[in-house]
Amino acid sequence: MLHFELVTPERLIRSEDVHMVTVPGTDGDFAVLEGHAPFMSTIRDGDVLVQKTPGGQPETVAIRGGFAEVNAGGLTVLAEHAG
Amino acid sequence: MASLKALKIRIGSVKSTQKITKAMKMVAAAKLRRAQEAAVAGRPYAERLERVVASLARTVGVGASPLLAGTGKDQVHLLVVATSERGLAGAFNTNIVRAARRKAVELEAAGKTVRFYIAGKKGRVIRRFYPTGIVADHDLSEMKVASFDAAKEMADDLIRRYEAGEFDVAHLFYARFQSALVQEPVGQQIIPVAVPAIAETKGAAADATVAYEPSEEAILADLLPRNVAIQIFRALLENAASEQGSRMTAMDNATRNAGDMIKRLSIQYNRARQAAITTELVEIISGAEAL
Repeated sequence: MLHFELVTPERLIRSEDVHMVTVPGTDGDFAVLEGHAPFMSTIRDGDVLVQKTPGGQPETVAIRGGFAEVNAGGLTVLAEHAG
Repeated sequence: MASLKALKIRIGSVKSTQKITKAMKMVAAAKLRRAQEAAVAGRPYAERLERVVASLARTVGVGASPLLAGTGKDQVHLLVVATSERGLAGAFNTNIVRAARRKAVELEAAGKTVRFYIAGKKGRVIRRFYPTGIVADHDLSEMKVASFDAAKEMADDLIRRYEAGEFDVAHLFYARFQSALVQEPVGQQIIPVAVPAIAETKGAAADATVAYEPSEEAILADLLPRNVAIQIFRALLENAASEQGSRMTAMDNATRNAGDMIKRLSIQYNRARQAAITTELVEIISGAEAL
């Protein structure tokens, strides 16, 4: 499972283990699965797709302004606005 | 001695004042709890951002952005003074303003030019001491709770002024919240961004293999203004908690003082009443004896 965190300056919106997350990067969308190589990207305004189980219905979270970081601990999306 | 009626009116007036201070104390306590929660909730973002900025700044080098490297001069200092919009919070605002003024005196003694950037109505007293040194008076009266948007707006304004060469160094003054009883006024440099000295952790070794999109420089350029905004946001959160803590303490003292005053006035009132009764009795008795 991939550990996914979505954080805004106001609060930690979610912190959970999911299957896959698709993030709207500045240079194009990218999906993150468990074991992704370390990666950092700025994001454009758009929807993050959170898929809890393989093949499951993705859940969308609208985000605005920020960046995403993938490291050994999982995926962290820092957004100015979310939800 | 004051008449019985005057005393009674006075007791009534102090009692209603006490009611108000008591209510204000309760409101401050409730708001303090909320402000503290907000401060705690804002921590994860700030921590992560700080870590990323630190590691990026190490890989890219400080020369990448004027927000990191500075303007190369150290002449004009901008003091950003964040205060509250309302008074009746003890020495809260006075302490912040005093810390800023102390820094201003220190900088001026070193031959620097000092400018002020006021955020919050209660900081306007600085006008009295430095009538010409105010560059802006940022109005926060619309802001009910510390919001990131307000902080970002302030940060954008500051960065614009910085890039226009209006100042070389910016310091931010606010009160750090320690407890409801103790709030410490602090001054902290926000521009140029001080790179947090984080010890090389296990993440440092992995840094080399991180892929960046679009590029390290672009990400850093995007993050630095955000870092300024988040620092201002944290200051606003700390300030909000400190303000309520300070108000709670001040109103608690006021309530207690009013209680003491009521006690004293009641004693005075009772004495006066007893004296009046005694006088009346003496009159009646001596009248009866005369018959």
